[in-house]
Amino acid sequence: MTDLAEPGAIPLTTRKDWTSDQEVRWCPGCGDYSILAAVQMLLPELGVSRESTVFLSGIGCAARFPYYMNTYGLHSIHGRAPAIATGLAATRPDLDVWVVTGDGDSLSIGGNHLIHALRRNINLTILLFNNQIYGLTKGQYSPTSEVAKVTKSTPFGSLEQPFNPLSLALGAEATFVARTHDMDRKHMMETFRRAHAHRGASFVEIYQNCNVFNDGAFAQITGKDHRSEMLVPLVHGEPIRYGPEGEHGVVLRPDGSISLVEVADVNESELLVHDEHRENPGLAFQLSRLSRGPFEPTPIGVFRDVQRAEYGAEMSRQVEETTVRKGPGNLQDLLRSGSSWTVS
Amino acid sequence: MVTDTTTNHEPPRVLDRVVIRFAGDSGDGMQLAGDRFTTSSALLGNDLATLPDFPAEIRAPAGTLAGVSAFQVHISDHDILTPGDDPNVLVAMNPAALRANLPTLPPGATIIANVDAFDDRNLAKAGFEENPLADGSLSAYTVYEVPMTSITTEVCKEAGVKPRDAERSKNFFALGLISWLYTRPLDATIAWIEARFSSNPMVKEANLRALKAGFHFGETAELFESSYEVRPAPLEPGEYVNVTGNTAVAWGLVAASQVSGLPLFLGTYPITPASDILHELSKHKNFGVRTFQAEDEIAGVGAALGAAFGGALGVTTTSGPGLDLKAETIGLAISLELPLVVVDIQRGGPSTGLPTKTEQGDLLHAMYGRHGEAPLPIVAASTPSHCFDVALEAVRLAVKYRTPVILLSDGYLANGTEPWRLPDVERLPRIDPGFATAPNHTRPDGTEEFWPYVRDETTLARPWAPPGVAGLEHRIGGLEKSDGSGNVAYDGANHERMTRLRAAKIAGIAADIPLMEVDDEQGGATVLVVGWGSTYGAIAAGVRRARALGYQVAHAHLTHLNPFPPNLGDVLRSYHSVLVPEVNLGQLSRLLRAEYLVDAVSFTKVQGVPFRAAEIEAAILHQLDAEARRDDDTGGGWPVSPAGEQ
Ligand SMILES: Cc1ncc(C[n+]2csc(CCOP(=O)(O)OP(=O)(O)O)c2C)c(N)n1
Ligand code: SF4
Ligand SMILES: [Mg+2]
Repeated sequence: MTDLAEPGAIPLTTRKDWTSDQEVRWCPGCGDYSILAAVQMLLPELGVSRESTVFLSGIGCAARFPYYMNTYGLHSIHGRAPAIATGLAATRPDLDVWVVTGDGDSLSIGGNHLIHALRRNINLTILLFNNQIYGLTKGQYSPTSEVAKVTKSTPFGSLEQPFNPLSLALGAEATFVARTHDMDRKHMMETFRRAHAHRGASFVEIYQNCNVFNDGAFAQITGKDHRSEMLVPLVHGEPIRYGPEGEHGVVLRPDGSISLVEVADVNESELLVHDEHRENPGLAFQLSRLSRGPFEPTPIGVFRDVQRAEYGAEMSRQVEETTVRKGPGNLQDLLRSGSSWTVS
Repeated sequence: MVTDTTTNHEPPRVLDRVVIRFAGDSGDGMQLAGDRFTTSSALLGNDLATLPDFPAEIRAPAGTLAGVSAFQVHISDHDILTPGDDPNVLVAMNPAALRANLPTLPPGATIIANVDAFDDRNLAKAGFEENPLADGSLSAYTVYEVPMTSITTEVCKEAGVKPRDAERSKNFFALGLISWLYTRPLDATIAWIEARFSSNPMVKEANLRALKAGFHFGETAELFESSYEVRPAPLEPGEYVNVTGNTAVAWGLVAASQVSGLPLFLGTYPITPASDILHELSKHKNFGVRTFQAEDEIAGVGAALGAAFGGALGVTTTSGPGLDLKAETIGLAISLELPLVVVDIQRGGPSTGLPTKTEQGDLLHAMYGRHGEAPLPIVAASTPSHCFDVALEAVRLAVKYRTPVILLSDGYLANGTEPWRLPDVERLPRIDPGFATAPNHTRPDGTEEFWPYVRDETTLARPWAPPGVAGLEHRIGGLEKSDGSGNVAYDGANHERMTRLRAAKIAGIAADIPLMEVDDEQGGATVLVVGWGSTYGAIAAGVRRARALGYQVAHAHLTHLNPFPPNLGDVLRSYHSVLVPEVNLGQLSRLLRAEYLVDAVSFTKVQGVPFRAAEIEAAILHQLDAEARRDDDTGGGWPVSPAGEQ
């Protein structure tokens, strides 16, 4: 997919070209580093230019991301990045706009903007760094923290049902929904590549370890020794199965629900074949809830990838069509349009 | 064309001015009737000003006081400044409309009542125990009882319109009648009805019949002694339109987009009384205008700022509650130093307050409503057509100084109209976006790079470098940044330097705006009346009245509220007293006192309506009186004025 064939079009770049001169200031060992590396390593492969790439973020540890990218960048205010990015993407369809956000940033204070950006299908690649905690403000629970979680602000345990970010995105009419994790660079790069290639809003949840305030939140599924048993890779057109030998799988029950099975116990043809392009998001929604949390077998990969009109392109289309139909606007005529009269 | 209106009557009597108030239920179409009457008057060449006044509820219960909707229009044969203090004529479509407007109706005024609506039910709903048309309580007025509903249904019946539907045309009957009374030809209205209802022949026919019936009723009913005529005003030659403040803001923004070459992007969320700007702009896609109805005001201003980052003319429009929500993003724009225009159409507050009523309550909010040291330029429109100029000025400042600018208008300007002599668009000054095109900093090793916070020496503005240009890649954000490089910086000395630079940039705009001009006709005034925004008409008219009584009074009206014109302090200090009328509790007066240590006298009112010229006149006389007492112990002796014509 490294589309660099055309000589002279986009100069070949390396990771270094995409790295800014600013010192990275995340805590040592933070999962954000590996996500940054994955993005910086992917971009040279995408055949895009630095000048037409923008990283836009809100506030949080994750949101420092744009400072580290040698592209155009905007570090904005808490929760508002999808809204700001909407104005940018709607007026500059020529740009590649990436939104980097945290679980508090995009699901708490900015929840409203996130769902509307997805619904409108703004041409954005949204990377949600989900560490299930507020990192930057030093460890309060977040809208993705599990019930009963003990944090600085919940000494007796959180009382709140968390959001399932993928279910939320699917419910918000998202056209591209995926999940990956910070322990697997290759999987991140493939997932980001797909997200970037999608026209419209792409939503990627990244399980990200905050080793200071929520260490090991995903260790039970992303740890090297657990992955094959606990991560369920979704591959378009393939039966959904996992395990070191592919011995586990997912089936669709006659009642419409899905569940995990031992492949040996069923006929292989009964395994659910993953279809990213299914218009109806019902099965993707079920897959997003296959696991109740990062302690049960959890699907990763692209859940949904469908085509729908993209907002900015549609807005441009209306502008162009109206201009063709009415002719380019004439200011003097506009001012006269409220039935004018002449005094001589 | 119906021009000979005098068949059975004396020739029309000539009036120099008249104020007519159309009042009815919200569903009665009074805004439409008033609007059409205004258009006919404009076409006749009158000067005019209008004041729509409608309830917050779309349809309050029919027949109640809460549901009364009114439209006041002032037409004259000379230049006028306000929609008129008190109506000379009240058209009352029902008892509630009469009751709601009686308090402002001066003795001697004319009431034209739709007598069909004065039945027991409607009287009770309006809180009348007796029928005021019958109990002699209106003896101070000239009352005409006209069966508008029944005549309208009657003439429509012949066209096959059901009575229930026909009744809805009675506003056109009223319009026809008033058109006859003030000798306005019907042709423009007829043409309008034919175009507007072309797809609904039945309604078109009913409205046409009602309109003509009203006109003929005036002619033939022998109820009225004569009709009246208000002759054209000597307006400057040129092409005119009758424009509302909101339309003028929208057109001013389109004009700014054209003269700057920046594509216009409006990010907004509907709110009264600002929504009409969105409605107007959304029509003009062939000017490259993109309008975005966001999920809330925060997203509206955020999207506008994102568009500005991308090199567009980013605009957001709102009213008080929305301005509250936008505060954080405006602060971000101040920190990012990107152009952004924030239009605030003020309404009564706090909270939801009086959504459809006017107020000047947001000046201090615009000035100070953000955390940290966060100054920005503020401009305010004085009249509906001035909104056009102020929109252009807001864009000019935003682009030149890379800053958010707040434009203040209000409900009165938004919906009020006045004739506007169209500018020649070719002569509008250009606005140069001045995008950065090349690196502006050389590293020690000789390589060139782009620094986003290197400032222009005169304006102190930073370069605007939208994405897309190789070599200018840069990162900006809301964290404090290093002077020059723009890199995140937490050190105190740099923060102080940046804070002072941002403040100096805005303060420096004073050198780039017109000096404060004072209208001091005779040059000997001791009292200076200082206003801002929509009080312009009432203050100017009040000053005229005081002058007509032989007093000398000066008037200065501010368009730029931050920074103030550079000579404002000198101007203020050159008068004995400074009177500051405002539709709030004294916000400008506080700023003037704080900035210039002058003893500005605040004169305020917050009733959701503009000042009347008579109120300003009285305040001026009071101030003159106070001055006289101060200067002369024998005390006063200044006559109190009768409320004269303006
Ligand atoms: C309006 C506003 N409210 C609160 C904050 C404080 N704040 C900064 S980041 C943050 C939460 C960040 O959590 P998350 O989005 O999960 O990002 P992380 O730090 O975990 O990457 C909060 C509450 C702020 N900066 N602005
Ligand atoms: S607080 Fe957590 S999320 Fe933030 S930088 Fe440190 S480890 Fe990473
Ligand atoms: Mg977090």
